[in-house]
Amino acid sequence: MEHGSLTDLSSSTFSLIDEDHTLANSVRFTLNQDPRVQFCGYSIPHPSDNKVNIRVQTTGDPAKDVLKDALQNLMLMCKHVRTTFDDTVNDFRATEKVEHIDINSDR
Amino acid sequence: MPKVSALDMPDVPKGKLPEHLEVQRTRVVCNADAPIYTEPFHYSGAFALMGVDNSVTLESFCKNLKIEVIELTEDTMEFDMIGIDASLANAFRRILIAEVPTMAIENVLMVNNTSVIPDEVLAHRLGLIPLNADPKLFEYLSEHDTPNERNTIVFKLAVSCKKGSPRLTVKSDQLKWLPGGSELEMESPTPSAKPRTYTSFSRSQDSMPEFANKPLGVKHQDIIIDKLGPGQAIELEAHAVKGIGKVHAKWSPVATAWYRMLPEVILLKEIKGVDAEKLVKKCPVNVFDIEDVGKGGKKAVVANPRACTLCRECIRGVNEPQVELRRAKDHFI
Repeated sequence: MEHGSLTDLSSSTFSLIDEDHTLANSVRFTLNQDPRVQFCGYSIPHPSDNKVNIRVQTTGDPAKDVLKDALQNLMLMCKHVRTTFDDTVNDFRATEKVEHIDINSDR
Repeated sequence: MPKVSALDMPDVPKGKLPEHLEVQRTRVVCNADAPIYTEPFHYSGAFALMGVDNSVTLESFCKNLKIEVIELTEDTMEFDMIGIDASLANAFRRILIAEVPTMAIENVLMVNNTSVIPDEVLAHRLGLIPLNADPKLFEYLSEHDTPNERNTIVFKLAVSCKKGSPRLTVKSDQLKWLPGGSELEMESPTPSAKPRTYTSFSRSQDSMPEFANKPLGVKHQDIIIDKLGPGQAIELEAHAVKGIGKVHAKWSPVATAWYRMLPEVILLKEIKGVDAEKLVKKCPVNVFDIEDVGKGGKKAVVANPRACTLCRECIRGVNEPQVELRRAKDHFI
C-alpha cells in the first residue's frame, strides 16, 4: 500500500503488512546506500499489528522505483551471502574430512 | 600565509577519512559507563563534503564479504561474517529464530489419559519434542486441507502401568511412528460404509523413497514425557505438521542464535613491570599476556582479543586510561 501525493512522486510512505524489523531494517540499510535517496526511515505504528511504514524521499526519481531497486539489491546481497556461506561450509567440511583421513592413515 | 582549508592541510590523508573519524565510523568504543559511536553512518552522502564515498554498492559488498567457519558440529555452529552490516546480521538472526520451518506435533487425538498430567498439558509437552524429520520433504497443512502423507507425520503413544508395579516413566522413545497413517476411526454417518480414519494416506510413508533410508522419529530418545502410577494408562495419537517459529516457538529450529561484534583491545600506553602483571591478573578470560622484553623487563601484550567479554575489569578503578575497548562494526561472530 502506498500513501503518496498525486503531484509529487518522489516522496511517499509505503505500508507493508505482515512484516517487521527483519525486513524493514535491512531495506532501510540498502535504501541509504542509493545516492538518489534524500531521506528514508521506517516505523512500526503498533507492535501488536504486523505493519511497517517505510518512508522514502528521493531527489526526483519516483519513490516506487527506488524502493524496488533497493529490494532487488537486498535480494542479490542475500543470494551472494548464501552462496558464500554454502561454499565456506562445504570447504570446511571437506578439510575436516581430509584431517580425519590423515589421522586414520597415521595409525 | 595563504589560507588553506583544513582538509587540504598536508597531514590529512585525501580520499580517506582522517583517523579519528575512521574510528568513529567503523568502531564502537566501549567506555566504563556506556558504549559510544554506536550509530552506524549508513547514509551514502554522509562524508560527501570531504570527498569520501560512504556508500556500499553491490559489487563492493560482494567483494568484501568473507565468511569463516570456526566450529561446525551437528548441534552447534560458530562462524565469522566480515564486511556485513549490523542490520543484515540481525535480519539473519531473526530469520533463523522465527522463519525457518520445522516439523512439530500439532494435533493430539486422546483416546485414554488417566495419568496425573491433564490432557492439554500433555499435548503441549508433546508439541515441544524435537522431531528428526526434514521439513523440506513436507508441505504446509492449512485448515482446509486433508491430512495426507505429504503434510503429516503420525505418532502413537500407548503406555500403561500395571497395578502392583512401581512408577513408570514415559520417555520419548515410546512414541512410535505410524507410516501407514492414523489408526483411529472417525464416526461415519452410515454404519455400513468403510470407516475413515483421521488422516487419508493414499500410500504408506514407508514406501516413499525419501523415508526408506531414514525412518522418522524423535531426535532425542530420553526426554521424559510423563510419569505413570500403578493402574494409569495413556493412549493417544499425535499428528506432526510443518510450521514456522513465528506462530509458535515449538517450530523454531534453533535453541537460540546470537551474534557479537569482534572485540578489539588497544593499549593506549606501554604498560610495564608490576602494572603489567596486575593487568594480566585482572582479566578473567586471559586477554592479556606478558611478553618478556630484554633485561628482565615485562611488557603487557594483547594476546587473545577475541575472548574479551567486555566485563570492563581492566578499565575499572584505574586512574589513567590505559586500555581502550572497542568493537568492530562490520565483523560479526
